[in-house]
Amino acid sequence: MTTYPENYRYTKEHEWVLMEGDVGTVGITDHAQNELGDIVYVDLPKVGTRVEQNKSLGSVESVKAVSDIYSPVSGEIVEINQDLSQTPEKINQDPHGAAWLVRIRLSAPDEVKQLMTAAEYRSHIGAES
Amino acid sequence: MVKAVSSHIVRDEPLIFERSSPGKRAWQLPELDVPAVDPEEALGAENVRAEIPGFPEVSEVEAIRHFTRLSTWNYGIDLGLYPLGSCTMKYNPRINELVARLEGLAWPHPYQPESLAQGALEIMARLEAALAEITGMDAVTLQPAAGAHGELTGVLLIRAYLESQGNPRKKVLIPDSAHGTNPATAAIAGYGVENVRSNQRGMIDLEGLARAVTEDVAALMVTNPNTLGVFEENITQAVEILHAKGALVYMDGANMNALVGIARPGDFGADVMHLNLHKTFSTPHGGGGPGSGPVAVKQRLEPFLPAPRLKRASGAWSLDYDRPWSIGRVRAFYGNFGVLVRALAYILAHGGDGLRNATVDAVLNAVYLRKALEPYYDLPYPDPNMHEVVFSDERQARRGVRTGDIAKRLIDYGFHPYTVSFPLIVHGALMIEPTETEGKRELDAFIEAMIAIAREVEEDTQTVLQAPHSTRTSRVDEVTAARRPVLRWKPECDGKSCS
Amino acid sequence: MLEACGLTSAEDLFAHLPAHVRLGRGLQIGPGLSEYEIVDYFKARAAENASDYACFLGAGAYRHYRPVLVDTVVSRGEFLTAYTPYQAEISQGTLTAIFEFQTMLCQLTGMDVANASMYDGSSAVPEAAQMAARITGRKAVVVSRTVHPEYRAVLRTYARHQEMRVEEAGYQPESGQIDLDDLGRKLNEEVAAVILQSPNFFGVVEETRAAAELAHRHGALLVFVFAEAVSLGILEPPREADIVAGELQSFAISPSFGGPYAGVLATRDKYVRQMPGRLVGQTRDSRGRRAFCLTLATREQHIRREKATSNICTNQALIALMATVFMTVYGKTGLRELARQNLAKAHYLASRIQPRFSGPFFNEFVAAASGKSAEAVNEALLREKIIGGLPLDRFYPELRGHVLLCATEMTRREDMDRVAAQW
Repeated sequence: MTTYPENYRYTKEHEWVLMEGDVGTVGITDHAQNELGDIVYVDLPKVGTRVEQNKSLGSVESVKAVSDIYSPVSGEIVEINQDLSQTPEKINQDPHGAAWLVRIRLSAPDEVKQLMTAAEYRSHIGAES
Repeated sequence: MVKAVSSHIVRDEPLIFERSSPGKRAWQLPELDVPAVDPEEALGAENVRAEIPGFPEVSEVEAIRHFTRLSTWNYGIDLGLYPLGSCTMKYNPRINELVARLEGLAWPHPYQPESLAQGALEIMARLEAALAEITGMDAVTLQPAAGAHGELTGVLLIRAYLESQGNPRKKVLIPDSAHGTNPATAAIAGYGVENVRSNQRGMIDLEGLARAVTEDVAALMVTNPNTLGVFEENITQAVEILHAKGALVYMDGANMNALVGIARPGDFGADVMHLNLHKTFSTPHGGGGPGSGPVAVKQRLEPFLPAPRLKRASGAWSLDYDRPWSIGRVRAFYGNFGVLVRALAYILAHGGDGLRNATVDAVLNAVYLRKALEPYYDLPYPDPNMHEVVFSDERQARRGVRTGDIAKRLIDYGFHPYTVSFPLIVHGALMIEPTETEGKRELDAFIEAMIAIAREVEEDTQTVLQAPHSTRTSRVDEVTAARRPVLRWKPECDGKSCS
Repeated sequence: MLEACGLTSAEDLFAHLPAHVRLGRGLQIGPGLSEYEIVDYFKARAAENASDYACFLGAGAYRHYRPVLVDTVVSRGEFLTAYTPYQAEISQGTLTAIFEFQTMLCQLTGMDVANASMYDGSSAVPEAAQMAARITGRKAVVVSRTVHPEYRAVLRTYARHQEMRVEEAGYQPESGQIDLDDLGRKLNEEVAAVILQSPNFFGVVEETRAAAELAHRHGALLVFVFAEAVSLGILEPPREADIVAGELQSFAISPSFGGPYAGVLATRDKYVRQMPGRLVGQTRDSRGRRAFCLTLATREQHIRREKATSNICTNQALIALMATVFMTVYGKTGLRELARQNLAKAHYLASRIQPRFSGPFFNEFVAAASGKSAEAVNEALLREKIIGGLPLDRFYPELRGHVLLCATEMTRREDMDRVAAQW
């Protein structure tokens, strides 16, 4: 049984964000990695790129599919997870931890309030599957 | 007990680079009949390279053994049924190979004077005429190198035509059942892509289409029969919807093997289409090409065809470059001429009646397979099929077996798999196209194999999931290939310590 | 079989087609012919194509000897009649050969990675230009006027609808090489790539290093084009290039009135995800044996659809196999010797006929007859069953009266002497 951390917030498109001050750490959920299968490549934006909520910030690839990653919040990319370019399989192994994707300095911190809590997300994926 | 051996000289053939040893050679050249030239003097020392590092050095016998051994790791139509849906893997007649290699056809230079290339030009003209008759269109260009290249040519023709009418428009409509080349092509031609959903029968939804066709729509790209192998029964109404708004209809001719001699796209309203000579007209696929993708058009698009065009005057053929409306060139020279020769040989061998008979046999074979396999595999779209049939793995998926697994198990029975997971509108698709090449005996053997696999899925799931078991190479790890790409051989990367 | 399908006649197979779409007559194509009649027809056509003439044409299609082994290998049904190797377990022959092809192209060009082939050299050029645009985020290219005119024409067709501006850089009238000053003037922060061919259309070896430096100084890539692959047996590979777009016709592919040939793209590792076309990669099977499969397919049309790097699907696999066998037969020492023979033949011809340009040349060069028109010379040669050089006025109006002459290892000295005698 997967645990979805209570202090994260979630999107319908299966991303999560963890807020620390005005910086949010973003990743994809365990449910998402499971649906995608073996992840072979991650395409992330450069540091300094501005991203908008619900717009694509990059993509993850399995052998035969490409899926957009939608940004849960708007802001500026301040850090990307360099490890993933060499070891994309970490996303399959630890999607809520070591395999975070990017850190974003939020330009509209209120956006976080629109996101789902862990309980809401669990029921979202329950309803979906 | 027979004692197993741990090595097999054919199956263990190394890469050609690992076979090389200094000083070995397979080449022969005559003595020079002119004075030798010092490369450094002629070219400048800075322009002359050192020897090519790692390039092969093998004897002639080693070279032929190498490639012959590799060939035994392949499967071809010559070995048996190759039921790849939408790929039309039919027998490649060897007479085609022979005539394409005649010295007077294999060696003409593309720039030799037209007066000394009349035979080559005549072959192209005769093929253009035959393809126009088969498609019911008015003019044909043979220039595109493959189906996707033909698509690009066709969409550029649409664009040029609409531009000449004052507005190239903005987007192309593509059914959700289409090949991936269609949207990729439209994008390269500078159009936006709008997907149109199929109806519950997997066909064009006329009401949805009518809503989607606005003044911004340049064309609909449609495959008919569609990728389910089903003839779009409302094709003429769909064409009318497009034409009423000034838009055009592009037909993807990938499935033309279902129509030759039976129905003509030109007659049911298509404005432009491509053909795949390596599908419908029997030229060999060669492990991925060369193909050839002629494009056939209605008269109103003819002025825009790529230059040069064949022209007949005073009893001789020539190439006409004076084409002010042309979209330009899509490739150098005139097309994959060697492929054109083979396709014309196929058409001449069959004649009009023979081509139609081939279509009848192709459709009969597919219908026969469908009837036999329907009790065992789920058929999500039950309309009558033509040259191919699409099942889904829904029943087998309940046991954790997917279309890709069934495909791999089919290899153990000696058949090439069908097309896996396409079209995308069928979840877990098994897309099967037998072509007219197969006789009843081969079809029955295939049916028996498919039924046996359906039974194995229930009784012996692991055997299916781990297939193939009988091949030199067992299931290949495509995930590692993509995560850690190794795209060339390097001396230190000898097959043992590659990372 | 009809009975098993629940049908009474073959017509029933098509009963569901609307009547108005049916073709109510037979195809007007004539009766089917027997094998003998077909051979007869094509032999008659073949006899109309001057195969007994000596030929001095090059210009992107070269007459090189084809080792017998090439047809022996590609005639094997296992290679000839196979589909694209999506089912890796029963396609290891094709996959292994493509992996060898990719490797040999890297060795030959000095690049890190090469794809499994493109349609031909001409279509590889716009694919390279678009790749450069994706990498740099810029939207213009500068192409040298010394690049094959038909390659440039194809580039213009593709570029027009990609909102890509194509500018041309002129050539130096003395050397026949790219005019670096003109190139410099045309470079700015919008230019994604400089496209340069060597040996260029005039047969002249280009100033690749200088052009690359200039391009890089402006943040543009250098796309290096080759049309005569045998030249790479002796010429320095384009180490300074970022993308190589080439034509492999010279590697055992007969001129065949213009096709099928095989193109290729090669590049640096860091750009591989922007490269179009199929790629074969090395991996393992479930028993741990080395194996190969198509890889990085997410760049391609069947997955990424309208966002793909290109719409290319079918390429030129069997032709690439011909080139692979050719490279294997000639190998490290043979390709060099072959290139030296081409160099010697063309320079012998040039010792009798003065080249128009002073730049170093490989196996073809531009020349003008003094006191006679190029047409008159070619007419006279035709009477001797010799096809002379390519008149250049069609592509370069300023070179009216000039022809492009090519000599390869297959060109005989006595024929060159006969050409020179008409000069």
